[in-house]
Amino acid sequence: MDVYLPIANLAVNGLLIVALGGLTGILSGLFGVGGGFLTTPLLIFYGVPPTVAAASASTQVTGASVSGVIAQSSRGGVDYQMGGVLIVGGMIGAVLGALLFRFFQSIGQIDVVINILYVLMLGTIGAMMAREALQTLLRKQGDKPEVRRRRHHPMVSALPLRWRFYRSGLYISPLAPLILGVGVGILTMLMGVGGGFILVPAMLYILGMSANVVVGTSLFNILFVTIVTTITHSLTTKAVDMVLVALLLIGSVTGAQLGTKIAFQFKPELLRLALAAIVLVIAFIMLFRLGVRPDEVYSVQLL
Amino acid sequence: MKWLFLLVAALMLSGQRDPMLVPEISQHEVRVRQGFTGTELLLFGAVFDPSGRGGATDYDIVVVLKGPSEPIRLREKDRVGGIWMNTASEDFRSAPVFFAVASSRPVGEIVDEKTAAIYEFGTDFIQLSPSGVIDPEEQLRFTEGLVDLRRRQGLYKQDLNGVTISEKVLYQARIALPSNVVTGIYTAETFAVFDGRVVASAVSEVAVRKVGFERFIEQSAQNNGLIYGLVAVFLSITTGWLAGRLFAMM
Repeated sequence: MDVYLPIANLAVNGLLIVALGGLTGILSGLFGVGGGFLTTPLLIFYGVPPTVAAASASTQVTGASVSGVIAQSSRGGVDYQMGGVLIVGGMIGAVLGALLFRFFQSIGQIDVVINILYVLMLGTIGAMMAREALQTLLRKQGDKPEVRRRRHHPMVSALPLRWRFYRSGLYISPLAPLILGVGVGILTMLMGVGGGFILVPAMLYILGMSANVVVGTSLFNILFVTIVTTITHSLTTKAVDMVLVALLLIGSVTGAQLGTKIAFQFKPELLRLALAAIVLVIAFIMLFRLGVRPDEVYSVQLL
Repeated sequence: MKWLFLLVAALMLSGQRDPMLVPEISQHEVRVRQGFTGTELLLFGAVFDPSGRGGATDYDIVVVLKGPSEPIRLREKDRVGGIWMNTASEDFRSAPVFFAVASSRPVGEIVDEKTAAIYEFGTDFIQLSPSGVIDPEEQLRFTEGLVDLRRRQGLYKQDLNGVTISEKVLYQARIALPSNVVTGIYTAETFAVFDGRVVASAVSEVAVRKVGFERFIEQSAQNNGLIYGLVAVFLSITTGWLAGRLFAMM
């Protein structure tokens, strides 16, 4: 089924794009990540111009996270207070990220910056998550019901002004999630992703949030940050392709529901281990691609 | 009066010497709409010798189809400390978005290289107006890089036997436009070549434009960014919300 994308200037196989959306949707429902880190590279690989791919993927992530947020909030899985602080940080970060993006683009190094960021972020987070999930799983198999206390990072407790985040079960300074939000916002703009794959582990291991609100709150933050990103792209790059978005959405909203249903049937440790494996594989592929001669040595930029 | 006479005489003389070329294109408008997967243009026509007869002289025909030109910057990747990254770059002031040449015989057999360069008979001769790097060797490397890139994208091409001539009068060439063509006014130039010289030429235009829904989407994205963005967000949220509702009921 050939579908012509009016902004990307390209005919694509519609069913393939729907399937790609479905895959991202399942990931989003399952792990609370937007799946942009998968959609954007795959779309580019398919021949969609990078800016169109990043812009449209962020719009699609909005849709995928709405159904995720609804599914999660009906189970009480969203900490709106924490989410609000993250969103404020995310918006500041998006503005900073846009400035950085423009700078790196002007010196022609945006691709390599994005790739190195991907390798560093995904590699570190993947390793951290895999280690933690494995430890938890092994401890359970040893049949010692040793309850490990959730702890936040010592740096977090050093910050002043403490708030109570009831749903997250935390009494910490709002500056910690704010700074986290700024960081994720910068990465969202730079890498063209929702940032869930950074946010989820950061909430768990840096803030020490209660695991049952992590996925919902992360989706809630992604929802708002991608809305801002879509509007920013529509105003500046004009690269949001509505037809591409529609195709991706059909797949991803369905996938997100399936993902959420699957997620409630598995141990969270197992899910985290699975996400860690996916993240590590992608980091490894990107590292490998940095070092080998690219398919295209030349790239065109419109002046 | 004397001048006028000379002018008329000159016109008549030249009219007698030049062969006549009557070109036509299968369609003067390419409509890019839903389901567009590229199209094929048929460039055809007839060539007559100066006396108005057809089939007496062996003309060679070359057709050049060119899309609108745009300024671009071409970046080149190189290995720096084990990582492939952009290093050098070169600007081209007029890189056509599409370029196709078809000829009745290999261009090298029809005209010399100088003439080929003047009339852009081949992807090696596209006038790209490079600026920036002055070193000719480096400039050549970048030009070849750009042509090679766009050739593999199906945007630059040459077909050295793409023009068929029947009875030494009627010619035709087929040029395929891929689905990723950029919209704009394309020019189709037809050249009649005899004895290594271009003896007649004619230009016609093809408008490649988006129509209907595709045109509406592109125009809205370009002219009403904010509204377009809000609609995209609205579409996204509604779809997600509806799906959530549907699944909740199931």
